[in-house]
Amino acid sequence: MSTIANSIFSPELAARFDKLVTLYPVKRSALVPMLLYAQDEVGYVSEAVIQEVAQRLDLFDLDVRSVLSYYSMLRTKPAGKYNVQVCTNISCMLRGGYEILDHCKKKLGIENKQTTPDGQFSLEEVECIGDCCSAPAMQVNYEFHDELTPDKVDEILDQYAAGKILDSTQKDGK
Amino acid sequence: MPRLVSHPDEVIVLKRRFGQGAAKIDRYIELDGYAAVQKAIAQGAEAMPGWIIDTMKSSGLRGRGGAGFPTGMKWSFVPKTSAKPKYVLVNGDESEPGTCKDHLIFREDPHAVIEGAMIAGLAIGAKTGFIYLRGEYRTLLEIMERAVADAYAKGFLGKNIFGSGLDFDIITQTGAGAYEVGEESALMESLEGKRGVPRIRPPFPAVVGLYDGPTIINNAETIANVPHILLMGGEAYAALGTERNGGTRLFGISGHVERPGVYELPMGYSLRRAIYEVAGGVRGGKQLKAVVPGGASCPVLRADEIDIGLDFDQLAKAGSMLGSGGIVVLDETVSIVEFALRTIQFYQHESCGWCIPCREGTDWIKKTLTRVYEGGGAKKDIDTVQYIAENMMGRTFCPFGDAAAMPTLGFVKKFRKEFEDYIEGKKAGTALMPEERDLIGVGH
Ligand SMILES: Cc1cc2nc3c(=O)[nH]c(=O)nc-3n(C[C@H](O)[C@H](O)[C@H](O)COP(=O)(O)O)c2cc1C
Ligand code: SF4
Ligand code: FES
Repeated sequence: MSTIANSIFSPELAARFDKLVTLYPVKRSALVPMLLYAQDEVGYVSEAVIQEVAQRLDLFDLDVRSVLSYYSMLRTKPAGKYNVQVCTNISCMLRGGYEILDHCKKKLGIENKQTTPDGQFSLEEVECIGDCCSAPAMQVNYEFHDELTPDKVDEILDQYAAGKILDSTQKDGK
Repeated sequence: MPRLVSHPDEVIVLKRRFGQGAAKIDRYIELDGYAAVQKAIAQGAEAMPGWIIDTMKSSGLRGRGGAGFPTGMKWSFVPKTSAKPKYVLVNGDESEPGTCKDHLIFREDPHAVIEGAMIAGLAIGAKTGFIYLRGEYRTLLEIMERAVADAYAKGFLGKNIFGSGLDFDIITQTGAGAYEVGEESALMESLEGKRGVPRIRPPFPAVVGLYDGPTIINNAETIANVPHILLMGGEAYAALGTERNGGTRLFGISGHVERPGVYELPMGYSLRRAIYEVAGGVRGGKQLKAVVPGGASCPVLRADEIDIGLDFDQLAKAGSMLGSGGIVVLDETVSIVEFALRTIQFYQHESCGWCIPCREGTDWIKKTLTRVYEGGGAKKDIDTVQYIAENMMGRTFCPFGDAAAMPTLGFVKKFRKEFEDYIEGKKAGTALMPEERDLIGVGH
C-alpha cells in the first residue's frame, strides 16, 4: 500500500518510491531517481508526476521543476516508445557518428528531437554515452548498440519495430 | 558495450577479474574477492585505519577521475572525529568524451567497487557509501544493485562487517544526464536532490561534504583499485608505474586506430607504443595528425609530440593532461577546425550556467568558431577565441571553465596555421559534420 492515496504510479513503482524516500539521510536525495523512474513508467515527467513527486518529498512543485530542467535525460513531453539516442561526440564523430545520425533520420523519416507519427520511435543527437571505444555508438532507451554501420542500424531498428528487443525498463515488468 | 580486448604489453591488476563472471558474488569470492577488506580488518581496530591509509600512500595511486590527486593523501585529510556522519562517494558519472573505462568496471567487476568503497569507509570511519552512476548507465546500475543485494545477502554489508564490530551500508544512485555533475561538488548537490551547481571551496569535501559531513569522493576506477592494492601491497603496486605515478591505469584508446579498446597499461607507458603497438596503429595505414591524450578536456598533442610517457607529470610538462585516460586518435583526414568546434559545442551545451565567464565564454567561443567553420571567419577570430579562452582560465567558479578553455587553447595554438588557411579558403581534412546540421545545444 502506497503512502499516497490515489497514486498515479503502478503499485510496484509506488512501493518502490515508498522505500526510496526512507533510504537517504535526507528525503530529497530521492528526487532525481524518482523523476527518472517515473519517466520510465509514464513516458515523460508530466504535471501529475511533478505534483506527486513533490508531495512525496515534501517539496514545492517549483523545487521539482527547477531540478527537472537541469537534467538532460528528463523530458516534459512524451518521446517514442523507443528513444534512439545517437552519440556524435568526438570518438563517435571520428568513426561515423554523423553518418549514423543521418541514416536514422532517413530510416525513421524524422529529424532530431522528433517522434514518428505512430509513436514508436523518437530520435535524439546526444553527447558522449560512455561507449567511445566501440564507436560509433547509440542507445535505444537504456540499451547500448555500438560498432554501428548503417546496415547494422537497419537491423537493430527493424528488430525494435518487430518488438524483438526489449530494453531493460520493460524487462521484469518494471 | 565496450568489448574486452587484450595486448601482450598490458600489465594486469584491475582487469584481473574481467571476463570471468566476477559480477556473480561466488565467482568474485573465488577470485580473492572480499579478501582485501578482511585483510584490513585483521590489522585490528586500532591499527586498521592507519594501515589502510599508509598502504594507499605507498602505492602512489593517483585519482583516475581526471585531476590525479594522490588518493592516500586525500583520505588522510578527513578529520578523525566528526559530529556529522562521514561518507564515501564513488563517482561513476563518467561523462568525459573519450572515456568508457568505468563502464567496463561496473559491468565486469562490480564487487571490486563495493569492496573498495568498504575499505575507504573503514579508513576514514564512514558508515555509508554512495555509488553514483550516470543516468545513461541504467543497465550497469542494475548490475551494481544486484551486486550490492548479493553482498547484503552474504552479510558482507550492513551490521558488523566481517566481525569487525563496524557497520557499512551502500546506497546506489542514478543521475539523469549532466556532464557537470561529475564535478565533485556538483555531484554532492545532485545526490542531495538539487541542480548540479557546484559549491564554493573551501571548505573541501573531506571536511564538509555530503549532508555537511566529511566525505571522500573518488572515481570508480580509483576505488576499484583499492582491494588489489591492499592484497598486493602498496610498494608492489607503486613499482609497476613511474615515480609519483604508481601502478597501472585503464587507458581507453578510441578514434582512428585499428584496435580501439580499454587497455591496462603501466603508468608512464609510451604514448607512441600505445597508439602504434597496443591499438594497432592508425586505421587504414593513414598518417597520424593529433592525439587528445586524456579525454576531451585535455589539450591536443601534435603527431610530433607523442614520444612521451603516459603519466600525470609527463603530460603536464608537455602542457597537456593525463585526465581520464581516454586517448582519442585523429588521423590526417580530420579538420582541426571542425574538431575544435565539436569540442566546444559539447562544453557550451554542458555548462551549468552558474558563472558568467564559463556560460558566456563557451557560448562566444562556439559562436565564433561556428562562423569560422561556416566560411565567414576573419583572422582576428582566432585571436578572439584565444582571448576568450585565456580569460576564462582560472576565473570560473569550478574547474569546468578550465576544462573548456584548455582544449580550445590547444587547438588554436598548436594548429593556428590550419585555422588561418581555413579562413583563407584552404580547408584541410574531410568534413564529418553534415552540411545541414542542427548544432547540438542550440537553445539547450
Ligand atoms: C567538469 C568536470 C567533470 C568531471 N567529471 C568526472 C566524472 O565523470 N567522473 C569522475 O570520476 N570525476 C570527474 N571529475 C573529477 C571530480 O571532480 C573529482 O576530482 C574526482 O571524482 C575525484 O576522484 P579521484 O581523486 O579518484 O580522481 C570531473 C571534474 C570536472 C571539473
Ligand atoms: S565554471 Fe561553468 S560549470 Fe562551473 S560553475 Fe561556472 S558555469 Fe557552472
Ligand atoms: S564519444 Fe560517443 S560514446 Fe563517447
